[in-house]
Amino acid sequence: MTIRRMMRGLMVMALLVMIGSAVNAQQSTETLTVYSGRTEDLIAPILEQFTQATGVQVEVRYGSTSEMAATLLEEGQNSPADVFIAQDAGALGALANEGQLAMLSPDVLERVNPEFSSNNGQWVGLSGRARVLVYNTDLVSVDQLPASILDLADPVWADKIGWAPTNGSLQAHVTALRLLIGEDATRAWLEGLLANNAVAYDNNRAVVQAVIDGEVEVGLTNHYYLLGFQAENAEVAAANYFFPGGDPGSLINVAGAGVLSTSDTPALAERLILYLLGNDAQSYFSDVTYEYPLAVGMTANALLPAIETIKNPALDLSDLSDLQTTLDLLSTVGATP
Amino acid sequence: MSEIRLFSAFRTATMQQAYNPRFGALRIWRGVAGLKLLTVLIGLIVLLPIAYMVVRALGAGTDGLAYVFSARTLGVLVNSLMLMVAVVIGAVVIGVPFAWLTTRSDLPLRRFWLIGGMMIMVIPSYIGAMMMIAAFGPRGMLQQMLEPLGVDRLPTIYGFFGAWCVLTLYCVPYIVLPVRAALRHCDPALEEAARSLGVRGSAVFWRITLPTLRPAIGAGSLLTALYTLSDFGAVSLMRYDAFTRVIYAQYTNSFDRSRAALLALMLIVLTIALLLIERRTLSRRRIYRTSIGTQRQSRIVALKRWKVPALAFCALLVGIGAVTPLVILTHWVLRGVEMGIDLESLSIETVNTAGVSIIAALLIGVLSLAPALLAFRSNTRVNQWLVGVTYLGNGLPSIVIALALVFFASNATPALYQTMPILILGYIIRFLPIGVGSTRSALMGLSPRYEEVGRTLGFHRWALVRRITIPLARSGIVAGVALTFLSVMKELPTTLLLAPTGFKTLPVEIWMANSDGRFAAVGAPTLLLIAVGALSLSLMFRDKRG
Repeated sequence: MTIRRMMRGLMVMALLVMIGSAVNAQQSTETLTVYSGRTEDLIAPILEQFTQATGVQVEVRYGSTSEMAATLLEEGQNSPADVFIAQDAGALGALANEGQLAMLSPDVLERVNPEFSSNNGQWVGLSGRARVLVYNTDLVSVDQLPASILDLADPVWADKIGWAPTNGSLQAHVTALRLLIGEDATRAWLEGLLANNAVAYDNNRAVVQAVIDGEVEVGLTNHYYLLGFQAENAEVAAANYFFPGGDPGSLINVAGAGVLSTSDTPALAERLILYLLGNDAQSYFSDVTYEYPLAVGMTANALLPAIETIKNPALDLSDLSDLQTTLDLLSTVGATP
Repeated sequence: MSEIRLFSAFRTATMQQAYNPRFGALRIWRGVAGLKLLTVLIGLIVLLPIAYMVVRALGAGTDGLAYVFSARTLGVLVNSLMLMVAVVIGAVVIGVPFAWLTTRSDLPLRRFWLIGGMMIMVIPSYIGAMMMIAAFGPRGMLQQMLEPLGVDRLPTIYGFFGAWCVLTLYCVPYIVLPVRAALRHCDPALEEAARSLGVRGSAVFWRITLPTLRPAIGAGSLLTALYTLSDFGAVSLMRYDAFTRVIYAQYTNSFDRSRAALLALMLIVLTIALLLIERRTLSRRRIYRTSIGTQRQSRIVALKRWKVPALAFCALLVGIGAVTPLVILTHWVLRGVEMGIDLESLSIETVNTAGVSIIAALLIGVLSLAPALLAFRSNTRVNQWLVGVTYLGNGLPSIVIALALVFFASNATPALYQTMPILILGYIIRFLPIGVGSTRSALMGLSPRYEEVGRTLGFHRWALVRRITIPLARSGIVAGVALTFLSVMKELPTTLLLAPTGFKTLPVEIWMANSDGRFAAVGAPTLLLIAVGALSLSLMFRDKRG
């Protein structure tokens, strides 16, 4: 009878699920759980290469950087994660402050220039990204662009700006602004952007797409998204504008990684981070995603301006860890829901 | 064979009963205590995570209180309520004429418009919203068509207007279905009497027809209101700060998750208030209900000069609600094929989706037996409450249930956190009502005599249930399982929050592909889901007729 067959099927299913989870538990020595604040299309290919090279299975949970950080904070001692790959230094710093990141071994730390890693060795930068203003070349010319990021709060930019306030890179930039120009000025700037009806997109790619389409004239984003679009179509009517040196709009942030202190396979976790700092992964970041490779001895893509010209000397990436205040600020002014 | 044995035994039993009135009924209820215990257990499974979240929300203390009464939170409350009222009004204003036109008028192609209108139901709201944005966004397909005319952008669709449009459109069927049923069953004699008393033309509709439709409109409005409050996809995509969107944003964009819990708690209170209203109107509705005096069909009204506007109205509704999404999706699929989309990766997600849906649906099928049997055998006031608890998932938004389980599992049962069982539990809490409802209505059609007969054949307790009750209610149980299967397949927020690391279903893939701007990858899985939805709809209709 159908019901009896159904029951039997159910038992078999339940059994399979149990066996499945048991097998999963068995495998855990050769499986790494990664929480990634970087999107799947940017990081998944290199993680697959790691699996091919080492045989270690990688299970990845994707989400926004702040979501993954909040999830890790909620999980605390119970977290199943081994490695956290974040889109910005701030989220890593926040976790380090809570004691949730383990110390990395010198093998790992010495592969990265110290200015792109944590001061006390709990995370390393994997790739660098410049904050830029991408603009539509049909709608605005270079000489019309603002000299400072702070000028975007001026009413002349009303209805012309796109940004991604839920994105980790933008949030790290706001944290940087708080450090560079102070809390009140940052709040005023955010309120100015909102008064200008800055259009909030879900992510950086959507911001750049909107600029290319002319939906908005300028967009706050990372430098490499446009290069991705240009690789598909060299004719896109958009260009990156780097705020002149010293402006708080110009800075290098990093996508980085750390090992969770609760990981039961820290050695394996470090192996993944070492792989991400290895030649294959670093050239991937340089050639395919158009970021700045951060491992010692790597050279940047020739399409990019030298990293030294963009870096903001007044900013230490380890100081970006107060992400919580930034998130509260964004929420209070109404930039995020 | 067994049916014949059953039948002859049935006769014997009724004869015996005639001689001994005390036989049967009293002894049959002996299994109730066990059923009660099982129902209480199931109710606890449903309640525990939610209770945990409530405790967590209350733990926020004075900070939490300040957050609840902050201007932004009250703004969210106002947003949600405004949207709810506007969607109800919009859906009624569109739904009632549509229902009337497709039942009572001489509108050409009535059946076609009806099916077209119901097609809207098949499309999950998040897909509907994606399609609306693709079609009517500032630089959407409509704008591209108008480009030669010098239109280089359309006014923004995001915000209240977009959310209102999508939800109104997708809630119209909730009004059309009950109103159509009422229109078909109400007594034409009333309208005839009115005409004979000199009421003319449209006045008949306003003074007689509409008042008799009030209970149906009320019921549909409450469904619409509940749906609007619980919808996550449409308000998120339209960037309208209603509860569900802000809960998710607080979840993903804040280190202080007690705020998400507080918002969820507010939404629970709002939902329960609505459900209580529904209960009251449902019990009051019986007073108003008119008896079916005659079996005659009501008069078909000639539209005359209104025929063209009526056709335009129906064409607009079906065109925007059903045709536009299908055209865009087909376009995307073709673009995907052109770009050589990776169908192999999609197959993993299809298997995942089908797999969890089957497991969840079967478990729900089994779990719904106890509450349904309890309601069937002993519908006392206490038992009604017990069974009512298992219906909680019906009113609570998925995102609230999922959030509750995140809190519960990561703190109370870390070993189960982010595992398949917790995801399945999320589905069970959310969709158990479908199973219980379906099984229960199947049981309600059974005469208690069958179980009494079973007892005379020597079956006790579980044997009785297994050999007599379940086989007789089989079609209803199977329909419930099928319906839950299809609902789980389409579910987005629960999967988004609770899926084990690395586990993706079709809705999640659609959601992620859309937010990454990979539109070509959205088409194929979406069409697949819509086909599934169509199947679920046809099942639902069969269920209603049965």
